[in-house]
Amino acid sequence: MSGTLAKESMAAKPVIQSTKASRRVSRRKLFDRCFYRLCQFTVLLALMSLVTLIGHILYEGISWLKIDFFLNFTSRFAEQAGIKAAIFGSVWVLFLTSAFAVPLGVSAAIFLEEYAPKKKWVEWVQINIGNLAGMPSIVYGLVGLAVFVRYFNFERSLLAGSLTLGLLILPIIIISSQEAIKAVPLSLREAAYALGARKWQVVFGQVLPASLPGILTGVILSISRAIGETAPLIVIGALSFVAFTPVSIWDEFTVLPIQIYNWASKPQEEFHHLAAAAIIVLLVLLFFMNFIAIYLRQKYQRYKL
Amino acid sequence: MKSFKNLVIEKSIYLILLFSVMITLVTTALVIVLLGKESIEFFKQVPVFSFLFGTHWQPLIAPHSFGVLPLVCGTLWIVLGSVAIAVPVGLLVAVYLSEYASDQLRSYLKPMLELLAGIPTVVYGYFALSFITPVLKWFNPDIEIFNAASGAIVVGIMILPMIASLCDDAFRAVPGSIREGGYALGANTFEVIKDILIPATKSRIGAASVLAISRAIGETMAVTLAAGATARLTADPFVSVQTMTSYIVQVTMGDTPAGGVEYLSSFAVGTLLFLMTLIMNIIGNQWVFKSRIRLV
Repeated sequence: MSGTLAKESMAAKPVIQSTKASRRVSRRKLFDRCFYRLCQFTVLLALMSLVTLIGHILYEGISWLKIDFFLNFTSRFAEQAGIKAAIFGSVWVLFLTSAFAVPLGVSAAIFLEEYAPKKKWVEWVQINIGNLAGMPSIVYGLVGLAVFVRYFNFERSLLAGSLTLGLLILPIIIISSQEAIKAVPLSLREAAYALGARKWQVVFGQVLPASLPGILTGVILSISRAIGETAPLIVIGALSFVAFTPVSIWDEFTVLPIQIYNWASKPQEEFHHLAAAAIIVLLVLLFFMNFIAIYLRQKYQRYKL
Repeated sequence: MKSFKNLVIEKSIYLILLFSVMITLVTTALVIVLLGKESIEFFKQVPVFSFLFGTHWQPLIAPHSFGVLPLVCGTLWIVLGSVAIAVPVGLLVAVYLSEYASDQLRSYLKPMLELLAGIPTVVYGYFALSFITPVLKWFNPDIEIFNAASGAIVVGIMILPMIASLCDDAFRAVPGSIREGGYALGANTFEVIKDILIPATKSRIGAASVLAISRAIGETMAVTLAAGATARLTADPFVSVQTMTSYIVQVTMGDTPAGGVEYLSSFAVGTLLFLMTLIMNIIGNQWVFKSRIRLV
């Protein structure tokens, strides 16, 4: 039907046919161009939201960043409030959490990649780790509350908080370390075996060093996740008004994100500025960690997946 | 003798490594046992039916009423709003990254998205409260300080990088030859994307959306700060709502005695939350897994 129509029109009026076709072509070109612009626009929009977020926080908080802000404890008066306790708490949590989660996570990854038999239960373990990684952080908080705070009676201590966060980042460390170990080529292992190395010598002498930059990148990113995490610590009962620096793992504590939450949820305007200032400190810390991770990945990573 | 030593090393390393893997199983077991145990305690005092289908949530003041639907309603608003923003935008960003951007531009844009993904949720909460809400108020001064719309927008920004990078991975997994086939037939870039790329990756796009929904359900701090703490069934996104997660925060922040019905109710809500996200994650991971096998 349309074929005969086209033939007729081609025979009778070739000029019209060509304008029709060219109109269609130009319409397709228009769509193509519009879509390209649309994509460009959305990328710009996404970048704008990042710029607005950082710009807004800098604008609100930068003038509140004074020396006293770092040296003072929190206070009912905005002018005298500081983040000393929060910084100490965050640093404690950083080291304790890594001390629990990093060795466990890396060795679990080594087991799954190098030692695990090809059996059904290993597959289930893998699926389980994937689901743990996607579990909401607040559920980890509930688990920490019931196990560490109530059952083991650690109270609201640094230990309870760090163990909870350790459980939270464990699956993320495992998954990223597995990716790094997977990227090491088989030939490296075979060469080591050919020289007479035993399995543990191959794994710890060759595979682990070769995948270390990748593992470190994943570990740093996971720890920076733990540093920014708020909800589980609130659930296990970390305090927001702490006027001392913790000296042992049994002490009560606060961390930067909780301090930020506490200030941001106050109605007074001055405390919002304090929150913004504390956010600047937190973001500088996190961006610095991210920067190290990206640098490690680009400089030392020999094997890419 | 030497080989015996080696055997001991080999075996002990194996056992240590196995122990660390077992920790992950123990964690899961703990989650299930604890949430289950406390929920059972809760349901001894509150019937399951009136919990799941009750429309009134008043857990802290007498007369107590534990109908979870208002909390689910709050969560639903956040999820719908954020996914409606993040899925289209994330998809277009991914299209731009994989199809249009030069390698150099890509190497700048990717880390920026990662940066956006690395910002803690409490920061997003502050941003919603001190920037998005005032902007919304500028359009319509009547809306409440705490409102679902502000929370949804900020959660949308939060899950955007995740959707973008999952979709980007999906697009890049499509073999170049399929694209080139499209171009050889005279299609332009838009048509290749619309008729070849999107259909080829639709299950992975779906998976990305499902995983994003799961993130939005479990999101806590941004929502607590932005959307407030008023549990109610409402069709208006510009009033304060309470989500399941922000209820847990509210209860555990206060000094509720362990074993009381308020304390137990946070575990019941947590169980519901856990089940919802678990189902989403299983579906999402399954889809990613399946489509990966078929494509490569």
